[in-house]
Amino acid sequence: MSTSDYDPACLPDLLPLYYRRLFPFSQYYRWLSYGGVTKNYFLNREFSFTLKDDIYVRYQSFSTQNELEKEMQKMNPYKIDIGAVYSHRPSQHNTVKSGTFQALEKELVFDIDMTDYDDVRSCCSAADICSKCWTLMTIAIRILDRALRDDFGFQHLLWVYSGRRGVHCWVCDEAARKLSVAARSAVAEYLSLVKGGEETVKKVVLSDPIHPFISQSLSVVERYFPQYALVGQDLLSSKESVDKVLSLLPEDILCHSLHDLLNLYQTEKNPLKRWDKLKAVVHHKRATSKKGGQYFEKEIMLQYCYPRLDVNVSKGVNHLLKSPFSVHPKTGRISVPIDLRNLDKFDPFEVPTISLICEELDKPRAGEEEEDDTKDKENETDPGERRKIRDYKRTSLAKYIKMFDQFLDAMARSRKGEMLKKSDLQKEF
Amino acid sequence: MQFTGRRRKLTVHPQNELYGHCLQLYGQPPLENISLSEFETFAVERLKLLKTVENLGVSFVKMSEQYSKKLHAEISGLNFPFRPEVDESSLSKSQAGPSEYEKRRKDHISHFILRLAYCQTEDLRRWFIQQEMDLFRHRFTDLLPKYKTEFLHRNNLKYDTMSLEEKKKLSDQLINSSYGLSGATIVEQDFYKVPFQDALDLVRTRKVFLQGGYAYIPHQDIVTIVLNDFRTRLSKALALTARSLPAVQSDERLQPLLNHLSHAYVGQDYSIQKNIGKVSLEQIDALSAKSFPLCMRQLHKALRDSHHLRHGGRMQYGLFLKGIGLTLEQALQFWRSEFIRGKVDADKFDKAYAYSIRHMFGKEGKRTDYTPYSCMKVILSNPPSQGDYHGCPFRHSDPELLKQKLQSYKLSPSGIIQILDLVKGMHYQLACQKYFELTHNIEDAGFSLNHPNQYFMESQKLLSGGKDIKKEVEMPQKVQENAAANGASVQPQPNTTQAEEEMGDLDSYFLDE
Ligand code: SF4
Ligand SMILES: [Zn+2]
Repeated sequence: MSTSDYDPACLPDLLPLYYRRLFPFSQYYRWLSYGGVTKNYFLNREFSFTLKDDIYVRYQSFSTQNELEKEMQKMNPYKIDIGAVYSHRPSQHNTVKSGTFQALEKELVFDIDMTDYDDVRSCCSAADICSKCWTLMTIAIRILDRALRDDFGFQHLLWVYSGRRGVHCWVCDEAARKLSVAARSAVAEYLSLVKGGEETVKKVVLSDPIHPFISQSLSVVERYFPQYALVGQDLLSSKESVDKVLSLLPEDILCHSLHDLLNLYQTEKNPLKRWDKLKAVVHHKRATSKKGGQYFEKEIMLQYCYPRLDVNVSKGVNHLLKSPFSVHPKTGRISVPIDLRNLDKFDPFEVPTISLICEELDKPRAGEEEEDDTKDKENETDPGERRKIRDYKRTSLAKYIKMFDQFLDAMARSRKGEMLKKSDLQKEF
Repeated sequence: MQFTGRRRKLTVHPQNELYGHCLQLYGQPPLENISLSEFETFAVERLKLLKTVENLGVSFVKMSEQYSKKLHAEISGLNFPFRPEVDESSLSKSQAGPSEYEKRRKDHISHFILRLAYCQTEDLRRWFIQQEMDLFRHRFTDLLPKYKTEFLHRNNLKYDTMSLEEKKKLSDQLINSSYGLSGATIVEQDFYKVPFQDALDLVRTRKVFLQGGYAYIPHQDIVTIVLNDFRTRLSKALALTARSLPAVQSDERLQPLLNHLSHAYVGQDYSIQKNIGKVSLEQIDALSAKSFPLCMRQLHKALRDSHHLRHGGRMQYGLFLKGIGLTLEQALQFWRSEFIRGKVDADKFDKAYAYSIRHMFGKEGKRTDYTPYSCMKVILSNPPSQGDYHGCPFRHSDPELLKQKLQSYKLSPSGIIQILDLVKGMHYQLACQKYFELTHNIEDAGFSLNHPNQYFMESQKLLSGGKDIKKEVEMPQKVQENAAANGASVQPQPNTTQAEEEMGDLDSYFLDE
């Protein structure tokens, strides 16, 4: 585990190795072909590469896995973005009549970035993250994953660590890929509770009745809030942070109970108890005041913990998003799938860096001759492919690729189910 | 056009089926011939109506009591139909203006004329669909329950309903998802189950219960599904109409008229600048305090303070600057000099940002020349989120912060109260106009604000004594268009010889498939 030490200067040397021996091309191709159901689905997909010195090439497209592989091994992109499936091959977008080249489909995507939480994190700011504030990402995933499945009925969600300070979600269901811009933005707005920019103090306002989606989300937040916010982020420990919380209370309550509230700050030192007392004071005052404030504690918890989405990323069909399994050039970490069954254990600092996995490749093979499950595959795959499988299996990337495989298997299964249903229907007639 | 023809139609009612309900989905194009003068009157009046719909939507909460009242007044004032029942007496020509039948006919025909004018570009289509939908929503909501049901029936709109058991099982969730529902009303009301994609307005605002990809909509909100149907049909129809456009464009009587109609919708777009290159970069700081509206002043300050703006801010501010006359070279220099004082070095700027600035000036990508955002666009689309400074301060700032800001700009306390009152009533543009008046020391701004660049020009006009720029700004033609579109009482002046001319079958412009 010694080498998470990654030096960005080595990236040009490591990338060729990564793309030659480790990048999971066959899974990647399998993913983006979606069972080959729609003609040209892979072919018309836009990729864009960021090369050395920030040279940005858009509208790349490839007709086969082989071509993709060759091209990536030739260009060795620092960063790979995935765009939409277009009406024509993106690489030929200049040759088609203007106006006819259109983005048709794309996964519904979400981008959650820690920098958007700067006003509610005390541990770090900007691009920095630590295990404390990572809880925010955990909360975000729990809330969004539930809603996308239960409320919107999607099943195939790929959650990916961005490689640096956030997470991405790729909703891959056919219905999701076909959503219009209007539908995407409606979904994103349904999921957004924290509203307003730098000129807004109170960013969450609840009103009656509390929608089931909000209740569900709140129950997630409530689980994490005491430990994460009160203890971890010292929400009620300094004068400054207390003031910030108080500024979210309705004015009349503040006027009437400022004394009590400040008093509480002096007499009670335990943050959890401070929170309880704060709640008690406000509830007491609310009973005597006219209106407002009945949801203040919920609003505060949400303002501090609720996921902050970049709506614009989700809205556009043609918006590009960093691809899974690309390398983050600053941290060297691979953008890997996140296992939701072990979400609370996910630690971004344990995600392998490109230097680590390349090093693991060079280590002598410690008698790890093939596990069973590769044996049956070996007959069908060509030797080059086989060697690559053997390669990544020797690195820490293995478990993430396995997760990706499982994700793809699940999608294939439901595709098959759909097809059976259709043919059954036909038989009935 | 022979009058006899129409009189015959009036007595025989061949289109009775078509005009049997005061509201329609505009499924069939009109089949009759109409005169050029009627064509023009109908079109201009519907355009007035749609302009009103747009303006009301900004000044009031849509579907609020005031909104509905004003819209109702406009509809009846312009002789569009609103009465569900047609009593026989109104069928025969009475003294009290056009009959209900004639109003419905006008509703029908004028809608189709504007389809021709507004199918031409993406922007026009979007605007037209938006206003027609708002109008439709109002008119449908206005109907008594019995006529709503009749409307669904007549148009063959059927939706899946929930069973009683289902309703009981989900009753808590259903109650908490819409306003004014209780256990009892849930049992009484029908609930429709539709894919969530068909109820986006309710989904967006979280006003409906969602499960497994379906929205469960109480009958009280059925307008949403109907409206969705309406939108789908209309946007398909517009796409089809656009394809038959070459035929329309070759008609030299129609073409100028339609162009004229479609230009009227935005008022001036501030993209073509006569004063290009008249502003120097050194002046911007001073101008931002004197002549920028609050939204731009805020962006300018944020840019100067943090040496960065996020995408939404760059677009809103960048296009505004283009509109006040910055050249591309100036704009590049302006943004570069600010950004490289922040975290971006010159190289990165040239790679990552210069492109989008050239893009704004139409020098990259699709080469569309972007127009500066209107107030409506700033207020309604793309609200600011974390890290953003764009948007309209009257709409998107906390009133408390707005107050402090106005205080720091040394506005009088009474002025501030007036502004905050307007903000509370959601009259953001009026609040901004008040701010203009207070900061320019005038009683009455004498214009109605709808564009940040207009704010700037009016301010400059005042501060420089007025005469010099004015001449270039308004062309006579624009004045007429704007007047017509703004609902002033300018009647179209059809050329008398043309007025008698026959238009031919309108429906020939609407493809069936
Ligand atoms: S009303 Fe218009 S000009 Fe005034 S601040 Fe808002 S967007 Fe800007
Ligand atoms: Zn942290």
